Amino acid sequence: MDSHNLEEQFQHKIDQEIKIEPKDWMPDAYRKTNIRQISQHAHSEVVGMLPEGNWVSRAPSLKRKVILIAKIQDEGGHGLYLYAAAETLGQSREQMINDLHSGKAKYSSIFNYPALTWADMGAIGWLVDGAAIMNQVMLTRTSYGPYARAMVRICKEESFHQRQGFESLLVLSKGSEGQRVLCQDAINRWWWPALMMFGPRDHESTNSDMSMKWRIKRKTNDELRQQFVDMIAEQIKVLGMTLPDPALRWNAIRNHYDFGEINWNEFWQVVKGNGPCNKERLEARKKAWGQGAWVREAAQAYANKKNTRTKAA
Amino acid sequence: MQRLIKKLYYGDIPDAGGGTAPSNDQQPTTDWPLWEVFIRSKQGLDHKHVGSLHASDAQMAIENARDVYTRRQEGVSIWVVESKRLTASNPAEAGELFEPAADKVYRHPTFYNLPDQVNYI
Repeated sequence: MDSHNLEEQFQHKIDQEIKIEPKDWMPDAYRKTNIRQISQHAHSEVVGMLPEGNWVSRAPSLKRKVILIAKIQDEGGHGLYLYAAAETLGQSREQMINDLHSGKAKYSSIFNYPALTWADMGAIGWLVDGAAIMNQVMLTRTSYGPYARAMVRICKEESFHQRQGFESLLVLSKGSEGQRVLCQDAINRWWWPALMMFGPRDHESTNSDMSMKWRIKRKTNDELRQQFVDMIAEQIKVLGMTLPDPALRWNAIRNHYDFGEINWNEFWQVVKGNGPCNKERLEARKKAWGQGAWVREAAQAYANKKNTRTKAA
Repeated sequence: MQRLIKKLYYGDIPDAGGGTAPSNDQQPTTDWPLWEVFIRSKQGLDHKHVGSLHASDAQMAIENARDVYTRRQEGVSIWVVESKRLTASNPAEAGELFEPAADKVYRHPTFYNLPDQVNYI
């Protein structure tokens, strides 16, 4: 069968909502796109632990500390689910880690912003995880089976992340004047970067839209971003805080909130590696990987020795 | 036919190197072996495949599976098996394997029409 026929059959399956599984035939570009996207998603989970790790020892109470640790542990797990899904496409874990460390593979730019105060832990949970969930809920229906299954698992765990974030801000919003200032300041700093998480405007795309045709993605960046703005614009009222956008207002004709223009120059600067923490994050990952080398080697040596003994016995 | 996706979606930022592909000349990896994880969610139910992970040996695979897949009481028992020990059917042979069952409707109870007065059957 020639590849044109295979591709037609592949597209037919996609159109019928039949999931693609690891051993099925798939176009090279489908495989490549999924590897890139899933591994970036995995890297984002892992790098995403760093801004929060900084606050474990500074959490204001034991309760908040155990919540934060549980959330970070989830993120490590989410990274694993995703790395494993990418591995089913033929990419080795080692290669993915190397690509992250060399700067070839990217991760979500949001983690290149610093977490300056305790309130940032709440804002990250509510806004950053909230934005991520928009994307992840959509991805539970993505066409590649292992990715979709990983997403179902992740979404189940992720909703606690967003809820704890909102609740943490809610406590601050009802606290002292100082706490209210912290809360508003964190929202001010995370709002625009959170909106940037959804990526460039739809009209900036010039190429044929294969990600949608192959149902890797099922909603456009702007659709997801609008959905997010509509949700947050309502939730912030409960906090009694404001979003740092004078253009934000309800549009009864569109039935959506209008909002201001994102600073795209900043977006591209951070993507290109010039964000406040790009260097620091990568250094931290490389350091952790390097310092863990002896553990990986020792465990392997132990396993080898045990195997040899079992064979000898 | 080579088609490239250049559209930038959230979670899909282009690599600096122009796209990561599984290379055909992959170096021997230093990754620990891959294990498939099966969890019994409660007594009386089957073990079900939940995912995979790397571990240097079976004991570590179980401990890692405990940490990753049962943090919210999802399991009471774990099986791990090294992925390379699994034999899977080939999707290309799915027709030969599974199609013969398609025209055997008489294997299903609904194939048989019984009078209404016949109960409990």
